Amino acid sequence: MSTKEQRIGEIVAAHAGREGPMLPILHDVQAEFGCVDAESEAMVAHAVNLSRADVRGVVSFYHDFHETADHRPEVQICRAEACKARGVEALMAAAEKAAGDRVKLTTVYCLGLCSAGPSARVGDRLHARLDAKGIAKVIENA
Amino acid sequence: MLIRISDDGLARALGADELAQAFAKQGHEVQRTSSWGMHWLEPMVEIDGAGFGPATSDDVDAILDGSSDKAIGEIAAHPFIAGQQRLTFARAGKTRPTSLEDYEATGGWAGLKRARQVGGAQIVDEVTASGLRGRGGAGFPAGIKWKTVAGTAGAQKYIVCNADEGDSGTFADRMVMEGDPYALIEGMAIAGEAVGADQGYIYVRSEYPDAIRKLNTALALCAAIIAPFRCEVRVGAGAYVCGEETSLLNSLEGKRGEVRAKPPLPAIEGLFGRPTVVNNVLTLAAVPHILAEGGSGTYDALGMGRSKGTMPIQLAGNIKHGGLYEVAFGVTLRELVYDIGGGTESGRPVKAVQVGGPLGAYIHPDQFDIKFDYEEYTAADALIGHGGITVFDDTADMGGMARFAMEFCAAESCGKCTPCRIGATRGVEIIDRIRAGGRKADAVESQPVMHNASKSGRLPEQEIVLLTDLCETMKFGSLCALGGFTPYPVMSALKNWPEDFMPGQEGAVQKVLDRNDT
Repeated sequence: MSTKEQRIGEIVAAHAGREGPMLPILHDVQAEFGCVDAESEAMVAHAVNLSRADVRGVVSFYHDFHETADHRPEVQICRAEACKARGVEALMAAAEKAAGDRVKLTTVYCLGLCSAGPSARVGDRLHARLDAKGIAKVIENA
Repeated sequence: MLIRISDDGLARALGADELAQAFAKQGHEVQRTSSWGMHWLEPMVEIDGAGFGPATSDDVDAILDGSSDKAIGEIAAHPFIAGQQRLTFARAGKTRPTSLEDYEATGGWAGLKRARQVGGAQIVDEVTASGLRGRGGAGFPAGIKWKTVAGTAGAQKYIVCNADEGDSGTFADRMVMEGDPYALIEGMAIAGEAVGADQGYIYVRSEYPDAIRKLNTALALCAAIIAPFRCEVRVGAGAYVCGEETSLLNSLEGKRGEVRAKPPLPAIEGLFGRPTVVNNVLTLAAVPHILAEGGSGTYDALGMGRSKGTMPIQLAGNIKHGGLYEVAFGVTLRELVYDIGGGTESGRPVKAVQVGGPLGAYIHPDQFDIKFDYEEYTAADALIGHGGITVFDDTADMGGMARFAMEFCAAESCGKCTPCRIGATRGVEIIDRIRAGGRKADAVESQPVMHNASKSGRLPEQEIVLLTDLCETMKFGSLCALGGFTPYPVMSALKNWPEDFMPGQEGAVQKVLDRNDT
């Protein structure tokens, strides 16, 4: 048994007895390996006694699960209505320049800081009231 | 000296942690409380009831020696706070979020205790009498939903809290979960008591890390108090559509978050096919107050028409005084945007206000006398949704916002029904063509074999007819509110700001819309 298979087995076992454990399992797999790839899908499917198609369907539905790992630091920028009203679009050029190839920029629809946008998230850390300088700093420190 | 600083996610995003450390370093006791909801003043420092904000570490000395120019006086007397009627947010700013001691000292668990004494049938009666309606957006009477679940036989029933607050411009759920988690948990335990359910799930979106952490802490601390009711946090995975109740149930079951056709209602066949109460955070958090002695009557006495009680309204976007404003139904948009919100933060004129999140209509300043009330908004082809108000100044491009509404729907559609899945993508294309001045004759369509196709291309006016048609199809043909309500922002933007779609030819847009109306 490969280490990966063993680890996935442990994750599935940790959620045994929970009702509808698929999302918690996939969250853990995503956190552990940075992605839920085809191999992981098959292993999860085997461990929970579902077809790989079932697991594949769930993985592909949700934005939080990725097929391939990207180990660059990630900065999520909110580009929903409230942050647009507060000018996030005008900051995107500066953000992309600051990110270059080193940082992965992703769009998120709403971090719930709508009265103090534009806002961004790095890991579990949130940032609000960002201007061009602020966003560049967040990206540089990511 | 006792210093109080919020540990709400928004305050932390603006440097509240660093500020708290700066005070602690000088030897002061720092208490981390929930947020008062005056977001333009965050991070706010509270000393003996007086507020200072927005504060940074550089302000610490001046605040301590009384010379700070960031003083706002007594917080409770501030017009933004004094004008509110806080029931759901009664504890906001006043307690430490996960402190059981603070919760009990401010009337916590009184509703649950009384609920256990009066029993299921009376709980349902009181919730019904209070007039409480679902705060998630649909406004369905909570008491009736509970009665259905209570009256449905089932060995296992569930209370599911919809905390998938995906609408931009809304953050009241987040503030409840981060600021007063026990109120939500108590509301769920009362619901469990009412319908005979002993298991609860709180489905929180993954974009709210602070809320997830605090709910887990709170649940661990209060497990013995709510027992035999049990409750668990489940984390979403970035799908907006999972805020729709049937999609949420599928997601909780570990499936793709596809919307289910109704009937069967979740109240009868919900989570794992069992009778389930699905309520929004604000609905459940309003329940402890209603169940406390005399609470139901107080609630019913507030509001207007069939919209009873209070609504935690969220002032967001380009607004000077953004934050949480809980008030009885009936307040006008003009009061909210200008008197309370202070107009735009940029200082420019207000161009549009979107009420109810990404699926809500864009309202023109000419219509600002509209009162906050479910029925009044429905009559105006708008919705109050979850009570979020997003203000835009005159630099906003409403054609672009209409396009974004379609783009968002396309990105977040669950794919189950055609009007939403395909319509949203076609909507983006049509709006692009309107803004590009129509389209040229298509090479394939010009072929002799294409008998029914137009040979002449399409004028932007004709594209507008097509867009109107598409919106009708989406509105009446979609399975859930995502596809069904996306036409609201699109059509309201087109009607109110035709110049942003066809600059210089506003009259042409109006003519097409008038023709469609008749």
